[in-house]
Amino acid sequence: MARYLLHVNGREHEIDAEPGDSLLFVLRDDLGLTGSHFGCGEGQCGACTVLLDGAAVRSCVTRMGAVGNRAVTTIEALSSGPELHPVQQAFLETEAFQCAYCTSGMIMSATGLLKTNPDPSEADVARLMNGNICRCGTYPRIIKAVRLAAERLRGGTSAGVRDGR
Amino acid sequence: MVDKLADLKLCATPCEADLKVCATKDDALEPERYEFLEPRRYLFDLDRRDFIRVFGAGLVILVGAGEVLAQESGRALRGQPSVPGDLAAWLHIDESGRARVCTGKVEIGQNIRTSLTQAVADELHVPVSSVTLVMGDTDLTPFDMGTFGSRTTPTMAPQLARAAATARQMLVARAAARWHTDAASLRVDEGVVRHPDGRTAAYGDLVKGQALSGTVAADARVEHPQDWKVRGTPVKKVNGADFVTGRHRYSPDIVRPDMQIGRVVRPEGYNARLVDVDDSKARAMNGVTVVRDGDFIGVVAPSERVAVRAANAITATWDVPKGQPSSDTVYEYLRANPERPEPAAVGSAALPSGAREFKASYHIPYIAHVPLEPRAAVAEWRDGRVTVWTGTQRPFAVRSELAEAFHIPESRVRVIVPDTGSAYGGKHTGEAAVEAARLAQAAKRPVKLIWTREEEFQWAYFRPAGVIDVRGAVDPSGRIRMWEFDNWNSGGAGLASPYDVAVKTERFHATKSPLRQGSYRALASTANHYAREMHMDTMARGVGADAVQFRLQHLSAARIKAALQAVADRIGWSSRGARALGIACGTEKGGYLATAAEVERTAKGFTVRRIVTAFEVGAIVNPDGLTNQVEGSIAQALGPALFEAVEFADGHLLNGTMNQYRLPRFQDMPLIETILIDRRDLASAGAGEASLVCLAPAIGSAVRSLGAVETALPVKMKV
Repeated sequence: MARYLLHVNGREHEIDAEPGDSLLFVLRDDLGLTGSHFGCGEGQCGACTVLLDGAAVRSCVTRMGAVGNRAVTTIEALSSGPELHPVQQAFLETEAFQCAYCTSGMIMSATGLLKTNPDPSEADVARLMNGNICRCGTYPRIIKAVRLAAERLRGGTSAGVRDGR
Repeated sequence: MVDKLADLKLCATPCEADLKVCATKDDALEPERYEFLEPRRYLFDLDRRDFIRVFGAGLVILVGAGEVLAQESGRALRGQPSVPGDLAAWLHIDESGRARVCTGKVEIGQNIRTSLTQAVADELHVPVSSVTLVMGDTDLTPFDMGTFGSRTTPTMAPQLARAAATARQMLVARAAARWHTDAASLRVDEGVVRHPDGRTAAYGDLVKGQALSGTVAADARVEHPQDWKVRGTPVKKVNGADFVTGRHRYSPDIVRPDMQIGRVVRPEGYNARLVDVDDSKARAMNGVTVVRDGDFIGVVAPSERVAVRAANAITATWDVPKGQPSSDTVYEYLRANPERPEPAAVGSAALPSGAREFKASYHIPYIAHVPLEPRAAVAEWRDGRVTVWTGTQRPFAVRSELAEAFHIPESRVRVIVPDTGSAYGGKHTGEAAVEAARLAQAAKRPVKLIWTREEEFQWAYFRPAGVIDVRGAVDPSGRIRMWEFDNWNSGGAGLASPYDVAVKTERFHATKSPLRQGSYRALASTANHYAREMHMDTMARGVGADAVQFRLQHLSAARIKAALQAVADRIGWSSRGARALGIACGTEKGGYLATAAEVERTAKGFTVRRIVTAFEVGAIVNPDGLTNQVEGSIAQALGPALFEAVEFADGHLLNGTMNQYRLPRFQDMPLIETILIDRRDLASAGAGEASLVCLAPAIGSAVRSLGAVETALPVKMKV
């Protein structure tokens, strides 16, 4: 058992864990961050996707020993207050979900993708998000949502979009 | 406030009549053996005073399950009210004018929380945001058989609409009495009753300090679909923001005070017998509880990662029987193992003279649902009562499972179903609920159990495998003269051909199944449509007929014809040239549809380029929600059409991980086009399932333009 200093959503947490323990279950069990979902535990479905220093990773197969000093961002910290992140807002407006169990992972993957590829084509989104599964099959809508978010992020029009309730 | 509803007592009584009588209570229900249709009947043990105590001031409308029970007209009850003995739902309007509706239906991704809200808001004449649905909580909502079979829109939505219409009428009548005027002169909008002279009364004001109740009038007048204002519009998912922020708590996300995490040690294979267990290492671990009960072995630990280590520390020896059927031998097995002796002679229909015979046998593999949220439950015991949060399509059936497993009355079991991460027919049961409750009982604290993906593959149930034998005969004029269709084990849904044929024999043969099997979205209809439509294509090609014309010549059902014509036009069937196109049509759960596919040759075989589906389900409640369902169904159905099949041998699953079991992904998506045919003149049918059924035969028949195709799913070219 080792003690880790974990940087999550702008805060530091001391965590006792084995180096091989999954980051996902530390986030969910120890920190109560249940927005990252368990889907497969094999890194195959993407429901557990979080950002590590801005890059999308599968937290279920990310070992505690491998996180190091990198900053972990989960869906809970993507936006603060009533303002949604442009990717969240685009998913909401496009209704890019059905049961929505995959949605937080999709949004985190898309957010990571847009940092390095601000103007993805439909084929780019499909290729770069092929590791995320939507079992309800809302893929065409997710592609639309990601491209809508990309457009707004490029145009800087993210301000003013509010929680859509 | 909602928690006060927990005081309500719903009493279960054994069904008085026999199974057959109860099962026919809802005649429209698909006679589908895999829907887990166990009948139940409940008596609602409440008098009016209880209702008032529970709901507080306001107006309560009780919704009986059948028209027979809905006798009271829409007026306030006086004296001894007759509370319907078999409640389906209730609706309450409080002093702030907000409406709360309780229904035992659950949200599993088909967006019924939103579409039912639309029905209530539309009839009450209030904004969607004024309506809250309480769903799938056995303490708060009346008994419901389950959310399956595309029954919510055709059955629950009209009931709630009538309840809302009754409430509106009662409130308008109260305003009319207050103003000494004729109710007909008043109108309602946004929850406010308006007098022509400008006076207004909000719903909340009209019920203030009152305790009113009523039951739904059998003749409660609801809006004609032509006059819908909220239904028929693309209302967004009512709690959508909870999902994009990660705020929504699915069953695996529920946290209770002092909760621990459980794991179950599974048998090594199917039909395995426990020989020996060494759990000493796990018992020695700090904070770990080991639970043994017969063949059940489980652990409880302070965290998931400790639970995993504890479960791995247990050594169990299992005896797995040899010689169990495999995915290769299952088709022979099904034919050889009928559930009952078969009286009917199969393949015996006489061949009409001069007609040409077409014969084939289609193989349908087991497939897995793979809901992204695996089975999961949180169980908590308190004072001999257990509360379980779990994702299931049948909360009341899971309540029964728990009561039976622990030998306690159902009144001491509460099942709560948070909006669930999909089911597709795969969550009719409560395995994780029972296991979590057993672990929590032993650990004496709340326990959460989340099945691993491997457990979900191996120990849930599958869509049934099947063998379908088809014989058809076509005369020289191109007319089908004989049709014989025998399905072993897939199921009866979609068995009946919609085509006009003088001599038709269609049989379903129940067989034993080597794997645990059950319901699945559209279930056997996919298999039966595949065999039938591929065979229609075979016959059309065999006699040199055009596949669309051949179907149209044998169809008198106008609704199927309209769908078929719509997709043929959109994909450019008559001007297809060298494009490899295929087409299929059919009907399922009251919906009518056709699908066309365009495929292309690749180095490895073929790829699907474009799918067009036309779908007609009567009056459309939420056009965007329906488009989402159809597109999603097509995307999901690409799996079984192109690559999904469960492989097994000797009691072991051979592809039971997400890495091995191939699911549709982003890059598998063709261009998906949807044509919705809105029939405001017809009642709405359920739409969560039907649009899957024509995809595989559309693709299969398109691939035939490239070369011969196996008579099996998934679609494969012959090598």
